[in-house]
Amino acid sequence: MSPIINLIIFSCLGIAMLALSIMAITTKSLLRSATYLLMVLLCTAGFYLLLNYHFLAAVQVSVYAGGVVILFIFAIFLTTSKGEVLLKHQTRRYILGLLGIVAGIGLTAFVLFKHQFLYESNTSMVGDKEVSMSLIGQTLMGTDKYQYLLPFEVLSVLLLACIIGGILIARKK
Amino acid sequence: MIKVEYYLIISTLMFFIGIFGFITRKNMIAILISLELVLNAVEINFAAFNRYLYPHQLEGMFFTLFGIAITAAESAVALAIIINAYRSIGNININNMNKMKN
Repeated sequence: MSPIINLIIFSCLGIAMLALSIMAITTKSLLRSATYLLMVLLCTAGFYLLLNYHFLAAVQVSVYAGGVVILFIFAIFLTTSKGEVLLKHQTRRYILGLLGIVAGIGLTAFVLFKHQFLYESNTSMVGDKEVSMSLIGQTLMGTDKYQYLLPFEVLSVLLLACIIGGILIARKK
Repeated sequence: MIKVEYYLIISTLMFFIGIFGFITRKNMIAILISLELVLNAVEINFAAFNRYLYPHQLEGMFFTLFGIAITAAESAVALAIIINAYRSIGNININNMNKMKN
């Protein structure tokens, strides 16, 4: 695709993502908030596609959009009665939070624009290809340097612990 | 053409939107949704840095992959705790959570 079309797609996705994030943290209905979160995660999958990480986009859609958001929606159904509106803190907390994030954005933007990034090759990703599936598989299952079998196994133990912990915590006494 | 700074700007803004929601929300599930926004912003950063600065390596991509899995595990446990808290005190507002120790 030509660079200009990429840039247009990128800006549409970025603007949609920021607007949906703001809507997700300001809306009064919890279910709408979860829906906006789902849209944000799908836009992120679009970002991964633009970065040529197709596998990552598939993982993002299947794990986040398919798993985590469904979990959220079930938890919302279990804990929120119909027509319930989210309560608010007092205004002072909003003002302090706003001051805090403005300071944080200022600091991060200062660092970001002050810093010169050392690109390894080209700055426009021209000629970049997607990572091949066999390379991903070998990296995930190898034991050499820069290969990730041990984190993979640790992660599977972590998921097992989470399953057991979730059942233990949430079951009826 | 898209530069790496554009991705970083978007993810920075999303990160701080998430933090603002984390500070100002009262419902525990809404706080968890804000936390998901924060983690999502961090994962965009990993992928963008890997693609632009070190395109011949795979570290950032695998950090994103493991980050997604850890986020899924974390939200599952957190939602189990929230459901349990709802069962014992009847609502999930963050101000009432100190009643759980009784």
